[in-house]
Amino acid sequence: MLLGFVLILSIYLGLELISKVPSTLHTPLMSGANAISGIALVGALVLSQDGQLQTTLAFLAVFFASINVFGGYLVTNRMLKMFKKK
Amino acid sequence: MDFAIDIPTLQNLTYIISSVLFITGIKMLGKESTAVKGNFLSAIAMFIAVGITCIGLVNPIVLFIGILLGAIIGSFIALKVKMTSIPEMVALFNGFGGLATFLIAWSEFNNGPDSFFQGALVMFTLAIGGITFTGSLIAYGKLSEKINIAKTSIITKIFTTIFYISLAFLLYSVFITPFLIPTFEFFTVLLVLVLLGGIGFVLPIGGGDMPVVISLLNSFSGIAAAFAGLLLFNNVLIVAGSLVGASGLILTVIMAKAMNRSISNILFVGYASSSPTSSSEEQGEINPISVSDAYLILENASSVLIVPGYGMAVAQAQHTVRELGELLEENGTEVKYGIHPVAGRMPGHMNVLLAEANVSYDVLAEPDDVNPTMDVVDVAVVIGANDVVNPSATEEPGSPIYGMPIIEVHNARTVFVLKRSMSSGFAGVQNPLFFKSNTRMLFGDAKESISGLVSEFKD
Repeated sequence: MLLGFVLILSIYLGLELISKVPSTLHTPLMSGANAISGIALVGALVLSQDGQLQTTLAFLAVFFASINVFGGYLVTNRMLKMFKKK
Repeated sequence: MDFAIDIPTLQNLTYIISSVLFITGIKMLGKESTAVKGNFLSAIAMFIAVGITCIGLVNPIVLFIGILLGAIIGSFIALKVKMTSIPEMVALFNGFGGLATFLIAWSEFNNGPDSFFQGALVMFTLAIGGITFTGSLIAYGKLSEKINIAKTSIITKIFTTIFYISLAFLLYSVFITPFLIPTFEFFTVLLVLVLLGGIGFVLPIGGGDMPVVISLLNSFSGIAAAFAGLLLFNNVLIVAGSLVGASGLILTVIMAKAMNRSISNILFVGYASSSPTSSSEEQGEINPISVSDAYLILENASSVLIVPGYGMAVAQAQHTVRELGELLEENGTEVKYGIHPVAGRMPGHMNVLLAEANVSYDVLAEPDDVNPTMDVVDVAVVIGANDVVNPSATEEPGSPIYGMPIIEVHNARTVFVLKRSMSSGFAGVQNPLFFKSNTRMLFGDAKESISGLVSEFKD
């Protein structure tokens, strides 16, 4: 129940935070948000590892989430560095 | 008093700090001046959330190897990729995030959900994660032009059907299987179906609608992570996932509004079935122009508006465009860029390309900024854009794109349209702009035409 509360408030907060974003930043915002969705890594780390299948699933989840995290942040940073005002 | 804090408490406290940093980070991402810092803050938030989770892991070695490999591959892709391939890279990374939540849900199912609610959550997380994964892969393929399957092809129809079957089977799995234990491995079927369903979700959606789909898939990966957080009782997953879900949703709505279409129309109908009743007979004389004549007009212009579209991305013309812009400015001409929100294949696609070419972001203007003063623009140069400058959207109530906000270049004194041929745009709607008396068509490859103009200026 408490978790549901956190969920609803966070969604509401997210909608409020990003309702006005200049279109210049649409791609970086999306890419940055995409990196944040790599937070699944935290979930992947705490998976059970009972037996071979479960260990494999945990390993793969961690692996793919890490690609998302590292790739996402670096690509966003590269992109944002290009946005310059003369 | 006992001051020792147990590990779960310490983790939860750290998750609070991490959540605050995520929130601040994403807020700062929404402003040009603070965006780099915002991304950095959110990376720190990620680092400490992951770091504190690593404390107290039972069997960390295999997981650390996973992180290390993922870090190497992710960083390699991110640093090697060409800036023009950014849209498909974002789609690919997004897909991997979806895959991770898909695997989390799979693992949690094997643990045996202990309530109806838990079971339902597992299957919804699995479905959203799986659809995000394969859907993003298809989006990646479409953006990088590796996949080119027509909406009407039989393959598309088969996968679209599988998508609907997978949704039905998801409902069956969630609501029926807990009560009527099935005689077959229903979960295995569900695993396969949602992955195939993701393909069917994105396959029928056309290139011009990609900005909407990409935003939506981005939103999905966040929602999947938030659901995984509910599943694992993990607050930071819920907070971070929800933020992503919300931001993706906002972008989706912005994109849909920029096309004056509902999200469901984009996802499930597409342009093809909107009746082609528009009066495409309104054809008339087209006025071609040569590069040297175009140069003469540009040289005498005091204000120029450049309107890029997907054609500029295809022709890789952004650097040449920037060069032309600079030459015009040296010549005393005021140069602005009119960027339509859905120009290109992803939200902000044109902005990224022009930023890569070193165009200052303060000369990039949105339709609402340029339309009111369009009549004092001497020359509007349309580079590979079509539907976003189609006057039917404001003049022809019968047109499929009627009501879509456009950049009203037809109100400028002169319009140059750089185009390969007379084919219609993604929407399949004839563009009356090409036949207006103030329009001049500059046929040929956009990059070559602009290079021609650039060398005329240099001579």
